[in-house]
Amino acid sequence: MSQSVLEPEAAAARNMDILRFATAGSVDDGKSTLIGRLLYDTKTIFADQLEAVEAASASRGDEYTNLALLTDGLRAEREQGITIDVAYRYFATPRRKFIIADTPGHIQYTRNMVTGASTADLALILVDARKGLVEQSRRHAFLTSLLRVPHLVLCINKMDLVGWDKEVYDRIADEFTSFAAKLDITDLTIIPISALEGDNIASRSEKSPWYEGPSLLHHLEHVHIASDRNLVDVRFPVQYVIRPQSTTVTDYRGYAGQVASGVLKPGDDVLVLPSGMTSKIAAIDTADGPVDEAFPPMSVTVRLTDEIDISRGDMICRPHNAPAVAQDIEAMVCWMDETAPLRVGGKYTIKHTTRTARTVVRGLQYKLDVNTLHRDEDAPELKLNEIGRVRLRTTVPLLADEYRRNRTTGGFILIDEATNRTVGAGMIIEAA
Amino acid sequence: MSQAKPYRVSHLDALEAESIFVMREVMAEFERPVLLFSGGKDSIVMLRLAEKAFSPARIPFPVMHVDTGHNFPEVLDYRDARVAQLGLNLVIASVQEAIDSGTVRELPDGTRNRIQTPVLLAAVEKYRFDALFGGARRDEEKARAKERMFSFRDEFGQWDPKNQRPELWSLYNGRHHPGESIRVFPLSNWTELDVWHYIAKERIELPSIYYAHDRDVVERNGMFYAVNEFIVPRDGETVETRRVRYRTVGDASQTAAVLSDADTVEKVIDEVAATRITERGATRGDDKVSEAAMEDRKREGYF
Repeated sequence: MSQSVLEPEAAAARNMDILRFATAGSVDDGKSTLIGRLLYDTKTIFADQLEAVEAASASRGDEYTNLALLTDGLRAEREQGITIDVAYRYFATPRRKFIIADTPGHIQYTRNMVTGASTADLALILVDARKGLVEQSRRHAFLTSLLRVPHLVLCINKMDLVGWDKEVYDRIADEFTSFAAKLDITDLTIIPISALEGDNIASRSEKSPWYEGPSLLHHLEHVHIASDRNLVDVRFPVQYVIRPQSTTVTDYRGYAGQVASGVLKPGDDVLVLPSGMTSKIAAIDTADGPVDEAFPPMSVTVRLTDEIDISRGDMICRPHNAPAVAQDIEAMVCWMDETAPLRVGGKYTIKHTTRTARTVVRGLQYKLDVNTLHRDEDAPELKLNEIGRVRLRTTVPLLADEYRRNRTTGGFILIDEATNRTVGAGMIIEAA
Repeated sequence: MSQAKPYRVSHLDALEAESIFVMREVMAEFERPVLLFSGGKDSIVMLRLAEKAFSPARIPFPVMHVDTGHNFPEVLDYRDARVAQLGLNLVIASVQEAIDSGTVRELPDGTRNRIQTPVLLAAVEKYRFDALFGGARRDEEKARAKERMFSFRDEFGQWDPKNQRPELWSLYNGRHHPGESIRVFPLSNWTELDVWHYIAKERIELPSIYYAHDRDVVERNGMFYAVNEFIVPRDGETVETRRVRYRTVGDASQTAAVLSDADTVEKVIDEVAATRITERGATRGDDKVSEAAMEDRKREGYF
């Protein structure tokens, strides 16, 4: 181990924030090794886990402790040496708690990458320094931008195998930067690493004196995410109405939910959709007492000054800043079902914020080739892992924003009405 | 908007907000939810979150204890006191009763972890529960790292890890046909240390066995088991009084204590932060069976 190992997670660190990141890479890019390394260097791996991995590595004949075995949890994964499903991993430093959505890199698993990216603050893409960018690197970058993950890190891995050659790094970095310029990527950091040997992971390596940026962990700890939230547009999807049936608490009627965006304060004028009624916020309650403001991701209970009829699926917003009340939706849809494709005329259940409706596919404008970004306007359907621009009509209005403006009020899922499976993920482009 | 306000949310507040959101989703979308409450620390934290999610109303669903009959008395006392305090309806699914009536058979080794599963599933069928809150965390075990927040179970209560619903944003799909159910894990994103920090922050009372105390134990396979009606010293084992605490609470015949001087929540946090062995690895004889022991039990319908 050439790297300095961090102290154990600080016991007193109660005021860390959370960074959620999604990792993606091709099968042999060393993603599992990188995650194993992060867990190891932050002392998240426990002795019994390490022993189990050492024993398993030895029995497989691996030449070194195969940290990838830490993350492959299912029997089929260990048997086949592949990762099947999104796995969630946790580690922490004194500054931050990290949640990793570890997504498999196989071609057929775009679905998993989209799933992992949907909640991520940051996406981490790995490439093998010897191979440079491959089709999948571009696809992952595209999906990161489609899902509007605010921060992107490209790790150029296996730098030890190219002799820490700066030119290799520069060439891959330039190529990726020019590709990323065509996408909606606002924050890009490129780091040369060796996951196997631990270089530029927990601390900067002496092997890359020409690299002036941060180590990966330093970047993950310091990347500024507080401003990624939308604190401008007040959106409070009503989840559940709290009406105690009790003799001690009477006449209480509170609207429970999690703030999707914006800042709510008692006294604010509000507009309730879809009814269009207006009122004022009387109080914002939590079990710990009332608060004087609520912002994402707080779960609170809002009370209004007027008694109006509000139920689950309604939205509390501001009179001059409201989402569209729309039954016609234009969206990019990623299809996730292997049993049947999306076709024009198909009917599904749509879940959007706390509102559930039925929807029919009115049109498929084009299918997008996620490698070339070519638009196929003659595509008859979207199959598993395919992405296209779709027009939907819903039975009741959705209270919707553009996804690029609001990831919570702009995203939806489609559910097959017969099998109840989640078959599609949508990002709203336009709602009218 | 004022630039001076950072609108900071600590990791514990963010975890709490997420768990509360999940619990309210379940209450809004399911007919008959139930919360699995064993008196263990994770289910205690989950119950606290339920209390907070529906305040000032009461928790709007019952709790269920799948009772192996191999209990720590301190934990049963705690369970009953907490249920009474919150005015909840407690359903007990008894493994002992199932053995007595012949619906399940005692295993040759006398352990009851595995035979909890059919008892749990029978209770789900009897009471027609459609959503079961469980306190499992993804950091506990690697098969659990692949678990969803809303985990679909077929009419046999089985989990199919290769056929899970993708979970995007915070849009949870709880739709199911009659007879099927969803296991819901509001603590999915919490770690053992998060749970302890939260217990400290919320000043949550726990069964006393979670804190260091003197107890008669025998050492077996490198672990310390309390001598009680389920654990009888074998030939060659000596009973010693040691200062111990429990990191997990399960079947009392299978759950070992760890040597510890941590008699306050702050000391436990320091100990957990410094420890180098996972809680299940340190204390659960039943998880040491094979690399896929947990996956196999989960497939059958275990928590």
